[in-house]
Amino acid sequence: MSILELDRVGKHFGPNVAVDEFSLAVGKGEFISFLGPSGCGKTTTLQMIAGFLDPSHGAIRLEGRDLLAVHPARRGLGIVFQSYALFPHMTTAENVSFGLEMRRVSRAEREDRVRTALAMVGLAGYEDRYPRRMSGGQQQRVALARALVIRPSVLLLDEPLSNLDARLREDMQIELRQIQRNLGTTTILVTHDQIEAMSLSDRIVVMNKGRIEQIGTPQATYERPASAFVAQFLGKTNEFGANIDRTMSPASLVAGSWRAPAPVGVSGPVTISVRPERIDFGGSGLAGRIVSRIFQGNHWLFQCETECGPAIVIRQNDGQSQPDEGEAVRLAWRIEDMSLRAAGGTR
Amino acid sequence: MSAVIDTAPATTSTAVPTSGTRAAWTLALPALMLFIGGVVIPLVMTIMLSFHDWGQYKGIEQVFILKNWREIASDPYYVEMFWRTFRLAVLATLITAVFGVPEAYILNRMSGPWKSFFLLVILGPLLISVVARTLGWALLFGGNNGLANKLLMSLGLITSPVRFMFTETGMVVALAHAMMPFMVLAVWTTLQRVDPQIENAAVSLGAGSLTVIGRIILPQIMPGVLSGAIIVFSLSASAFATPAIIGGRRLKVVATLAYDEFLNTLNWPLGAAIAVLLLVALVLIVVGSNALIERRYAEVFR
Repeated sequence: MSILELDRVGKHFGPNVAVDEFSLAVGKGEFISFLGPSGCGKTTTLQMIAGFLDPSHGAIRLEGRDLLAVHPARRGLGIVFQSYALFPHMTTAENVSFGLEMRRVSRAEREDRVRTALAMVGLAGYEDRYPRRMSGGQQQRVALARALVIRPSVLLLDEPLSNLDARLREDMQIELRQIQRNLGTTTILVTHDQIEAMSLSDRIVVMNKGRIEQIGTPQATYERPASAFVAQFLGKTNEFGANIDRTMSPASLVAGSWRAPAPVGVSGPVTISVRPERIDFGGSGLAGRIVSRIFQGNHWLFQCETECGPAIVIRQNDGQSQPDEGEAVRLAWRIEDMSLRAAGGTR
Repeated sequence: MSAVIDTAPATTSTAVPTSGTRAAWTLALPALMLFIGGVVIPLVMTIMLSFHDWGQYKGIEQVFILKNWREIASDPYYVEMFWRTFRLAVLATLITAVFGVPEAYILNRMSGPWKSFFLLVILGPLLISVVARTLGWALLFGGNNGLANKLLMSLGLITSPVRFMFTETGMVVALAHAMMPFMVLAVWTTLQRVDPQIENAAVSLGAGSLTVIGRIILPQIMPGVLSGAIIVFSLSASAFATPAIIGGRRLKVVATLAYDEFLNTLNWPLGAAIAVLLLVALVLIVVGSNALIERRYAEVFR
């Protein structure tokens, strides 16, 4: 049973198409990420759900009711903004309490709920602080408490972690996920950070140029990218031009000196895409040479020049000896670790 | 204006005269000389002048008496003049605030070329000479021949011409018109520092547009409104040309009064006393309200 439905939603700004044919059904309690580069329409979509922008066409339904007919102030959605947008002239408690005041919640209940919300985000005792006297991470928590205290049917997060430093961001990710799980609030996160999207979400909506490229679980989108864009945007990937030769016997898939039995149904030039961590250095396979190797603690990052162009390989630092720079190597991978598509096409 | 907006704490440095501070003094010297020669010395001379005696036939006598000050304090003529000046300044300030704040808010929400165009319109009064601008009002409302009066009367909206010239109403309206840019600019500056997402945040929490303006936007731009008010008030209270033309000889304000004492009566000491009193009153009001604002908003707007 989906709580929020977007039905072929589109938004034009003059001749520019910001979002096109966006359809999505969000399940109750689900954590969804809109992932894409800047200008892909993810924030525009979020703003249409929030009501700050009106879609050019399409419909948005919340719990079966037409959301577009509802004024933004009455939609009952919790929103955390990229800039946090805290009210600087109000204390933490007044900030969190604002949404409850607007709902005419009694003073006693208000105080109670504000205290609970602040405790939930780990800010108990900060009630009388002004936002400008708090760190970015704390402001972020206040913004989250302010959005959650009104018990929103859907929580919208607009790049909420992008202004935090790397370490704090990781901590907040874990905390955010925990809070979301505990409350069971349906959540939509807009982000351009693939790691963030993958570690937080139940499902990822990968967007590019206003269109949905793929919807799926983090693992599915990573393992089986539906398009070249998704493959390149989610993690790193290697692409090699290859050929399916049916004149050989048995019919083979050939990339340089690497070959494998041809899959059924396809022939002619194709593009192979393989994740760098799935490539092994072996005795046979694609011939190449190590251009550089970089030690990154738990893994090694190799840049290779192969017969089919440049490639990157990631090897676990498992104590085995690794090839040196300049060394000739052979790159091999299992056939189930690669994905294949007809050459030339973008999909 | 900057005194209110930039309340950043001054960096406290231990006063050890190093080559750096000596260079700073040297660099500040020309401006300092100009300030001392152009402001401090004439001001001290004016203050001293206000204690001198003056007679119709004897002219200025360099003695130290309180005659002029006593005269200002005791004669209701002068008291009325000061009250009128401050009444006009307060009303002009209120009008600029009431019209200027929404004006700045709307201006801030405009986009691109419209914003530049209307900014120019708002700055208009500053680009035109005070005299030309004030005479413009006279052309519009001056008695039976004023354009606006003629129009309104021919339309049958009014039976007798709107009295504008030589009235306090006229003075307030003309002053408010002249001062509007200062208010709009002061408010606009603080509005630009307001997070553009903040209105959306308030709306998403269930606030209507009136609540958003009253509880979210206004409190945040209050420092701008108040600093604008200080500028408008002090400029209105010391304005000369507008009250002189619109108010004429009958409705004098402190600035025109001081002018008359200096140039018509030739009673320089009395004129000096009036001018000094206006200055002191203005400084007290401005510094006082500035301190009040700083204390009120210190916590929130660091």
